[in-house]
Amino acid sequence: MENKIKKVDLIFEKVDHLAILDKSFKRTSDEIILDVIDSGLRGRGGAGFPTGLKWKFAKNEEADQKYVICNADEGEPGTFKDREILTQVPEKVLAGMALCGKAIGATEGYIYLRAEYNFLLPMLHEKMKEFNKQMKEHNFEFTVFVRSGSGAYVCGEETALMESMEGHRGEPRNKPPFPTQHGYLGKPTSINNVETLVFALMIANLGPQMFKDLGTFDSRGSKVFSISGDTPKAGIYELELGMSLLDFVNEFGDGDTKAVQVGGASGFCVARKHFKETLIGFEGIPTGGSMMLFNSSRSMYNILHDYLEFFEEESCGQCTPCRVGCQQLLKGIESVKKGVKPPPYLETLQKLSDTMKIASKCGLGQSVGNPFNSIINNFREEIIY
Amino acid sequence: MTKIEEFVKEQADIHGRERNSLMPILQAVVQSERFLSEDAMVAIATELDLSTADVFGTASFYTFLDTVPRGKNIIRVCKTITCHMKGKDAIISTLEDMLKVKLGETTSDGKFSLLQANCLGWCHKGPVMLVNDEIYPEITPEKAVEVVQEYLKKTK
Ligand SMILES: Cc1cc2nc3c(=O)[nH]c(=O)nc-3n(C[C@H](O)[C@H](O)[C@H](O)COP(=O)(O)O)c2cc1C
Ligand code: SF4
Ligand code: FES
Repeated sequence: MENKIKKVDLIFEKVDHLAILDKSFKRTSDEIILDVIDSGLRGRGGAGFPTGLKWKFAKNEEADQKYVICNADEGEPGTFKDREILTQVPEKVLAGMALCGKAIGATEGYIYLRAEYNFLLPMLHEKMKEFNKQMKEHNFEFTVFVRSGSGAYVCGEETALMESMEGHRGEPRNKPPFPTQHGYLGKPTSINNVETLVFALMIANLGPQMFKDLGTFDSRGSKVFSISGDTPKAGIYELELGMSLLDFVNEFGDGDTKAVQVGGASGFCVARKHFKETLIGFEGIPTGGSMMLFNSSRSMYNILHDYLEFFEEESCGQCTPCRVGCQQLLKGIESVKKGVKPPPYLETLQKLSDTMKIASKCGLGQSVGNPFNSIINNFREEIIY
Repeated sequence: MTKIEEFVKEQADIHGRERNSLMPILQAVVQSERFLSEDAMVAIATELDLSTADVFGTASFYTFLDTVPRGKNIIRVCKTITCHMKGKDAIISTLEDMLKVKLGETTSDGKFSLLQANCLGWCHKGPVMLVNDEIYPEITPEKAVEVVQEYLKKTK
């Protein structure tokens, strides 16, 4: 069989990060940003906002201080690629932050690392010191700092992360204003995922064309995937975007794949009958990289129950639709399973999850309906019986 | 000055006394004491000129900033989906038997707390557990027991 999955090596390839910065710091902010816009790079943390535009918005703000934040909170169940990137190529992440700093006019950058990755701290502090020294030697005005999380998934949400860095409860803010206007300490801030920053660095190194040559119109380039579950090949792979889920399953499945959860707990569950027409990318199902495979021995009820328990625990509780909604969805499927509520109650619950999508304040509450509706629609019997 | 007041002052000297110094200071206390006692929170509030309620309100938001006493070693077994599929229940019940505690409890000698955590970011190598800051991927019940025995030897 022809291998339809294209493996790529942009992220983990070792490069001379200082040479790339030397080259880039001779250019203007606009030139750097235009290349990133032209490349079509979209955020790799999940939401997929065009990175070049984010940088441009931050650059256009007038302020005495601006910040770069590298989002290394990686809490989405099934995602573990940022840890690997930080472990293998920390210099590239730091250089990506400096590049962003040059582009938007920021002189300070912060890595927000989840507490579960505290074992990386000694190494990161070491690399950070070395990097800050190199920045001074090259006369680049940019300093990196590391901050830690303390075990809260919602702090991966960009404004909750900033609240946490400012010493508050990690409760998401209202948007607008967006972080590019009003971010960390109220200053214009560009917050980017670990992987996004490394891609931006590689685009500065190799030019936008090589990135545009990969992927599809809406999903340029490649992406680092975190593959887990029922697969003989669990692990981390950089793959070209735009493949069909069928090709993916042919490569990574165990021969008995009945469903794939694309995009982590907050993503979508795709059943076998839809593998063929489902495309992995922004025009199909986007993913922050998490791909969980389930074979026919798995109960989709248990999987949905796990996801709902996760959201119920991790909801910050700030807004009612999400706080109460998560609890009710969880209680609801338990009641249907036990026969306390009749099967049509599932439709009532689906309406609730639709309401949560509209009425919740942040992406957490807004996306609980993704796994909920996709699992119920595809595997209704398994939830009931 | 009590010991904890001194520690908090030292940390404030390092991290500063601004509001955004609060998280690093809370984290340093937890790193050293494993939890935030009332005395510690009062000391932090005094040092940073905040209300104690504000310090508690912030700390109580975060799973890793415990405000109840914890053992010298904190074991967190991942309970999320992939680790669930790969056998985290067997790990937990083995550790419960070994340590003679239930999930969420601390051993009577104060050496271990046994907790669950959400996805630890090692799903391709599940089941995994975190002991303090160290990660143990691809564990079996036997391996989990060995790891805990190692900590038992190291902990006075
Ligand atoms: C509940 C929630 C959790 C999130 N967790 C993360 C995370 O762990 N890492 C991340 O990069 N983005 C996370 N995001 C997305 C961020 O809000 C933000 O969009 C992202 O950091 C922007 O970077 P990017 O444009 O490079 O993707 C999360 C969003 C939500 C709503
Ligand atoms: S949607 Fe959920 S996590 Fe987001 S602000 Fe509301 S309660 Fe908090
Ligand atoms: S599910 Fe256990 S590490 Fe991700």
